[in-house]
Order: sequence, then C-alpha cells, then structure tokens
Amino acid sequence: MRGRGFQIYAICYLIFLYAPIALLPIFAFNNSTVISFPLSGFTTQWFSQLWTDTSLLLAVKHSLIVAVSVSILATCFGVFAARATTRYAFPMKQGLMGMIMLPLVLPDIIIAVSLLVVLMQMGASLSILTVILGHTLIATPFTIAILNSAFQSLDKSLEEAAIDLGETPASTFRLIILPLVMPGIISSLLIAFSISLDEYIIAAFLSGTEATLPVYIFAQFRFPNKVPVIMALGTILVCLSIALLTIAEYFRRRGIAKAGGKDTGGFL
Amino acid sequence: MKRRSFLRSEAGHGLLMLSPTALYATIVMAAPLVAVFVFSFMTPGYLKVVWTFTLNNYAKVFSSPIYTALLGRSLMTSGVVTAVTVLTAFPIAYFISFYVSPARKSLWLFLITIPFWTSYLIRVFLWKVILGYNGVINSAFLGLGIIHEPMTFLLYNMNSVVITLAHSYAPFAILPIFVALEKIDRSLLEAGQDLGESRFMTFIRVTLPLAMSGVVASVLIVFIPTAGDYVTPTLVGGANGQMIANVIQLQYFKLGDYPMGSAVSITAMAVVTAMALVFVFLNRRFLRGPK
Repeated sequence: MRGRGFQIYAICYLIFLYAPIALLPIFAFNNSTVISFPLSGFTTQWFSQLWTDTSLLLAVKHSLIVAVSVSILATCFGVFAARATTRYAFPMKQGLMGMIMLPLVLPDIIIAVSLLVVLMQMGASLSILTVILGHTLIATPFTIAILNSAFQSLDKSLEEAAIDLGETPASTFRLIILPLVMPGIISSLLIAFSISLDEYIIAAFLSGTEATLPVYIFAQFRFPNKVPVIMALGTILVCLSIALLTIAEYFRRRGIAKAGGKDTGGFL
Repeated sequence: MKRRSFLRSEAGHGLLMLSPTALYATIVMAAPLVAVFVFSFMTPGYLKVVWTFTLNNYAKVFSSPIYTALLGRSLMTSGVVTAVTVLTAFPIAYFISFYVSPARKSLWLFLITIPFWTSYLIRVFLWKVILGYNGVINSAFLGLGIIHEPMTFLLYNMNSVVITLAHSYAPFAILPIFVALEKIDRSLLEAGQDLGESRFMTFIRVTLPLAMSGVVASVLIVFIPTAGDYVTPTLVGGANGQMIANVIQLQYFKLGDYPMGSAVSITAMAVVTAMALVFVFLNRRFLRGPK
C-alpha cells in the first residue's frame, strides 16, 4: 500500500505530540507526591485540594477577567482589520498589516519588557488591566487570521443587493454581513480566550501583584510537593481547552460552509 | 471638501476601517519598541533611566563574555530546534497533503493543533517530569531493567531544551509547509513522471522547489520566537541551557537596569532579524511568485 511508511511515521509523531498530555491524568489520580512509575494507587485528593487554595481561586478569577476582556477586544480589532483587508484596497496596506501581524513572530518577552518600561516610565501601576493591554496585542493577529477567512468568503454582491434595496451601510453590516461571519466571530472569541488564558510571560511582567493562573502555576513549580496538585489542575485545563477548541473548530467549519467556501485547514 | 472625498473613497474607507487596529498596535507595540531602542542608549539608574546619551550599554553587551555566550547559545539552540522541527514536520505535512483523503485533512490538522493550544507551561513542565532524574523515562527503564542507574543527560541541558521547544513549535512548522504543498498543481507531478522521472526525482525537482516557500515560512516562524523563549530554558534548561531571554528578565526584574536590559533586547532582536533576512535572501529564488 502506498504511503504506509508515512502513516506509521505520522502515528509516531502524534504519540510524541500527545505524550506529555496523556501523562497528566495518569499522575493527577496517582496516590503519590513523586511523579514516577510504578503508580501507587488511585486518589482524588489532588483535585479536592484545588478547591481549598484561595490564592489559586483568586488567580482563576483574574485570568477569567483578563481572558474575557481580551477575547472581546481582540475580536473587535480583528473584525476591523479583517473587514478592511478583505473589502478595500488602500495605500500602505501591506506595511500596516505587517505591523499588526508582527506579534506572531516577535518573542513575547520583547513585547513584555517594552510595555513594562513604558508603563513604569509613565508611572502607571501594574494590574490585570496592563495584562489585558499586552494580551490583546498578541491575540489580535490570531483573530485576524480566523476572521480573514470568514470575511474572504463573503459574496460582495449580497451587500450591493442590500444597498440597492435601500439599506444603509450600517444596517447592511448588521443584517447581512454579521450573521454570515458570526461563526468566525465566535471561533475568534474562543481562540483569543484560550491564548490569553494560557499566556505566561507577558502576564508575569505586567500583572504586578494580581497574579493570573499561569503566573500562579509557575510559582508552584518551585515546590516539589505541589506537583500532583498542578497535575490535577493541568488535567482540568486541558479538558477545558480541548472543549473550547472543539467548539471553535465547529463554528469555524460551519462559517465556511455557510458562506459556501472551501475548507482550507486549521487555525493558523 | 477634498478631505471629505478622500474619506468616501475606497482607500479612505479601508484606512479608516483599519485605523483602530493599526492605532492599537502602534501605541501598545511600535511606540514601546521605539522607547526600548531609545532607552538602550541611556545611562542606567536603579528602576529608572538617567537621560544622558551613552554607548556604554552596547559596549558591555559586546565585550562581556556572558552576553555574547548566551546570545550565541540562544542562536545555536534555536537553530538546532528549527532544523529538527522543520525536518520532522515536513513528512507530516507531506503525508496530510498527499496521502490523507480530502475529507479527513481538517481532522488531521485539528489533531496536530490541539496540543499546541493546551497550557504551554504545563506542557513544558511535563517534559521536565518525563526527562528528570526520577522521571517517567528513567523510572520506566529502571523498572524494566533496561538501565541500572538513571540517565542524567536527559534533563537540564540543551537536549531537553531542544526536545521541549521542538514539541511546542511543531504545528507552527507543519501548517505553512502544508499550505504550500496544497497549492501545488498535482498535474505537474504527473507530468514529471510521464516524462520519465522517478517518484523520488519528481519530488526533488518539482515538489520540493514548489514547497520551499512554506519551508522558509516555517523556518522563520520557529526560529524567531524560539530564540527569545523564556519558559523552556528556565524550566528544563538548567545552568547550561539558559538563553538570552533569561538575562533580559534578570536585567529588568532582578537588577532593575532598564537601559542594559534594553540594549540586550535590541541586540538580540537585531541579530535574529539579520539572520532571518539572510535566510530569506538565500532562498529568494523560491519565494518569487509564479510567473
């Protein structure tokens, strides 16, 4: 059979990709503070310990506030940019888009330190607000990538028809365009949410005393006896993000199908 | 009246529509980057900047062995990571594009992207758990009697940094190559074989050159961010796996030396950008669009 070698290689590759995640639940339910084989017994105590940790719950609260704000802000910026690039031709388009997409390749630590020095120089105090600033910046290119494909598959004649039938540009956007790109918007909200929820380095530099979840997790790595609790927390986070991504993927595909386009693949 | 007509023109509409996003990126990213550039020429003061021009920070970056060694190691590490990641990613992209049925391609891409979106910190930490002295690999091998004492070369060195980063950036490398492969007109390959080339030679002479634009994109998208990665060297790098981001963090956070931190950041960015541009230049013949 053709491609048998490739198939075996692909399966090995998937095992490599999933190996770390597969270990999470194994050790999250293992009754030992040492993370090694052989396993010593089943327990749910690491999960119940999570609910009693007040600094963890506070970090979750901060992370949720940040992630929700970021998903809304980044998606709004994404809608503007995706609409502008797919619908209009204008001068400096490539240069401006290049700048907006730059955070995709710029190391996060550079974004973090540059924002930090400017904020310190302005005398601003660090809080989850400053984290929202940074996270919105890095999430926007991803939302643009998703929304671009949603806007690209729009048929321009639908808009023209609406205008001819007496709708204003604003009502055309609300009645015609928005419903068609809605799946793309939902998928962009979810992706921006997961990016923000997961981001560590910018949050570490800009959160001040208001630690987000990744900042809390990083601090716990110093304590070896906390490892199983982190495994339990990780298990929950992984399940959560797989659920979010599956929903996002569902909406992305539905959006493409709705606009009559062809599926060209993943999120990036 | 001229201004109004510009705002009503197509170009005006487009610029206006893009302006909120462009403005945000200017204020939150471009302006701070310019500030870092300016700071790098100022005199250090603890947690603040003394506004007198100096080239001392850069002199220190280039003369002190710590900075040059760390920068060199960062570039080395991300060079190796990039090579490993892209070379292992290519067959996967090729497999999905050429052997997987069109209906199942999205599923494969989805499977590959899932690990990328699950907690980065926890994934890196898990590699520490897998590779550690009492870790999963060592305890499993000891238990099976394959080895008699734990292997120590797995963790806290460049190997562990390379494995962890290659794992983190896998989807980044696969997707651009996949997109480039998808664009290849399949009749070109048939033509190659009809004209008497073997399958392998068709790959070398037709597929590979056409896929190079994707390879270049994935090299850049892996090389540039990994050179500045902080979490991986901190968690699994040990003393010999530290990279340039660690010293940047040290300057800003522990020493409060903003100008010095800025000079290191600017130098690192300049070197990485220069290397990226050289790489693009070397591959320029693959990047021209179809004639």
